[in-house]
Amino acid sequence: MPAPIRLRELIRTIRTARTQAEEREMIQKECAAIRSSFREEDNTYRCRNVAKLLYMHMLGYPAHFGQLECLKLIASQKFTDKRIGYLGAMLLLDERQDVHLLMTNCIKNDLNHSTQYVQGLALCTLGCMGSSEMCRDLAGEVEKLLKTSNSYLRKKAALCAVHVIRKVPELMEMFLPATKNLLSEKNHGVLHTSVVLLTEMCERSPDMLLHFRKLVPQLVRILKNLIMSGYSPEHDVSGISDPFLQVRILRLLRILGRSDDDSSEAMNDILAQVATNTETSKNVGNAILYETVLTIMDIKSESGLRVLAINILGRFLLNNDKNIRYVALTSLLKTVQTDHNAVQRHRSTIVDCLKDLDVSIKRRAMELSFALVNGNNIRGMMKELLYFLDSCDPEFKADCASGVFLAAEKYAPSKRWHIDTIMRVLTTAGSYVRDDSVPNLIQLITNSVEMHAYTVQRLYKALLDDISQQPLVQVSSWCIGEYGDLLVSGQCEEEEPIQVTEDEVLDVLEGLLVSNLSTPVTRGYSLTAIMKLSTRFSSVVSIYGSSIDVELQQRAVEYNALFKKYDHMRPALLERMPIMEKTASNGPTEIVQTNGETEPSVPDTKHPPLVTQPANQVTARSHDISVFTIDGSFFVTDDVLLNQWFNI
Amino acid sequence: MIKAILIFNNHGKPRLSKFYEHYSEDTEQQIIRETFHLVSKRDENVCNFLEGGMLIGGSENKLIYRHYATLYFVFCVDSSESELGILDLIQVFVETLDKCFENVCELDLIFHVDKVHNILAEMVMGGMVLETNMNEIITQVDAQNKMEKSETFIFQSPRQDR
Repeated sequence: MPAPIRLRELIRTIRTARTQAEEREMIQKECAAIRSSFREEDNTYRCRNVAKLLYMHMLGYPAHFGQLECLKLIASQKFTDKRIGYLGAMLLLDERQDVHLLMTNCIKNDLNHSTQYVQGLALCTLGCMGSSEMCRDLAGEVEKLLKTSNSYLRKKAALCAVHVIRKVPELMEMFLPATKNLLSEKNHGVLHTSVVLLTEMCERSPDMLLHFRKLVPQLVRILKNLIMSGYSPEHDVSGISDPFLQVRILRLLRILGRSDDDSSEAMNDILAQVATNTETSKNVGNAILYETVLTIMDIKSESGLRVLAINILGRFLLNNDKNIRYVALTSLLKTVQTDHNAVQRHRSTIVDCLKDLDVSIKRRAMELSFALVNGNNIRGMMKELLYFLDSCDPEFKADCASGVFLAAEKYAPSKRWHIDTIMRVLTTAGSYVRDDSVPNLIQLITNSVEMHAYTVQRLYKALLDDISQQPLVQVSSWCIGEYGDLLVSGQCEEEEPIQVTEDEVLDVLEGLLVSNLSTPVTRGYSLTAIMKLSTRFSSVVSIYGSSIDVELQQRAVEYNALFKKYDHMRPALLERMPIMEKTASNGPTEIVQTNGETEPSVPDTKHPPLVTQPANQVTARSHDISVFTIDGSFFVTDDVLLNQWFNI
Repeated sequence: MIKAILIFNNHGKPRLSKFYEHYSEDTEQQIIRETFHLVSKRDENVCNFLEGGMLIGGSENKLIYRHYATLYFVFCVDSSESELGILDLIQVFVETLDKCFENVCELDLIFHVDKVHNILAEMVMGGMVLETNMNEIITQVDAQNKMEKSETFIFQSPRQDR
């Protein structure tokens, strides 16, 4: 059998493929060759074949038949073999295959190998994909290596220990003695990974956290040395001495100082020093400053320091670099709850970020703006946010609309302003408003009694312009159904009343019924509205009795029956709805199976659990009319009840 | 923790993929495609941070990426990593590759993907940053390469270079 081709050759060949099919064919041919080569148990070329297999795996082709071969490579004496074998193990194996346990013995031997690079490979593999069983077996070896003086191995052992702790948290105690003098290392690699290990232990166990608090002075000293030391070419990145280590230490300090006054005080000075002395012209400096700010905000720092931190964030917001602005907005979002006033000072800059071109920045600015809205700035902020709603991408509109509704509800300075704001949102972003907002809006409108005439007039005018935005149409239909008489009688006080006749109103509603733009839910709303108007207007309405939609058909036929057999009840049934109290669960409850019109759940004891049945399981209660009363405690839904009462 | 490190070119062809959490092979490929889709849509002058795609943890995780010539370097991380720090890390990684391959270009990554894995293994281990000092990394990688070469000589076997 000819020698298997080299990896380079394979890659070259595959790159000549012009189509996916051609590539697949080449790969399959090579896979077959590799399989036969594996079957021959040839040690010489195994390494080469596995390398090729890994390449094919990266391109997305199945490579699991190479798993055992990786194990054979790991067991080999040659470094070259081991290197590829371990790489293959990391890429192809995981703890779900039993095969991986066979590695345990090899790794154990290699952890005690005489060559440090072999030990390194073993540590690396164990630290990447070691399962809990493997970790349990080998934790002792790792712990031994954590105490070695070889810095190359020590740093790897530290990260491997982190992985072991993640897999088997009970073993954390075991590594405690070895951590004693980790921080006195001079080697920065070891320092870095030791800090990572300490961070992991502190995050997992409050006892460890208490234990390690005493390390705060030592950490502060190391950080100080890093800042004060002169230029050190080894660790220098853009003029700053080992920024990665600085950031790690700052993070550990954050965790240690979190709810502890003493520790927080011990770090105050160094934090102030880092915050004021760090060079901000390059990304590295800003990375350190960012971490410092997060730490200051999280520990029990004194107020002067906190103000310094927020001001740094404010400066970040004005930075040209988009990444810095993004990071600033993210941190401000985290601190806006606790330091609300300080963040308010930067409100105008944040609002400017709404106009940024970058989607990630816009989203954060939007979230932050909503967090900053309060009773004092509601008018100004809402203007900006509505402008944003007009011009933003569709992916933001739903969230922005919901946010506007929430903010308006909490801080509206007047009912008229509130209704105007709702109208504005419905007309500009009407199609993006969430379905569950519709019942909430209806409930809000019924609550502002004196605004009914104004509201219905504005909604009617909006309908004349545009019937494509479903939430707008639904709310408008409902209002017209309820307050159509106010509309026709021209009672509006807030603005110039319009002249409209009953026929015109009915035409508009019927137009909605037949329009192709209306969804079935919308048609349901408009049908019901027409029905209600039949009691408020003097002319009798004909009913839309045939429809492909089953829901509409059922309603129409039931309405028909209602008004043929029980016409005397019609005024009572379709009387104006009482004001709905907002309850805790004001939204679609289990009762409402229809189109989401709100039903505050006030079950009447006289009224049997009819309402808990889904709408299509109707019992024949058409003769039990006496139960059907409208008094203060009994809320009528115009749709659910009707459908359930008249079973045709 | 770093969840994954991906390198792919402007057409989405993967040049290196390393996952530090387990996903099935199919999911891995889907993640690569999804990440490419998200990252390639971005303008040149927007920030380098994105929410993660659905397959790789959604908004819990972030994609931090840098675009160098024809290659995207994407690190998918969770909230415990500093975004700006990872940007610096990507820079160190690329500079290290540059030193190891002498003016590295996409072809180097294509034909020596195993070497790139070896370099990466000296920088990131188990999803955590191991070493950030470029010279240190290069020294260790060189020493291991020497070991490989010397074995070839000692064992008198056919050239194992791939």
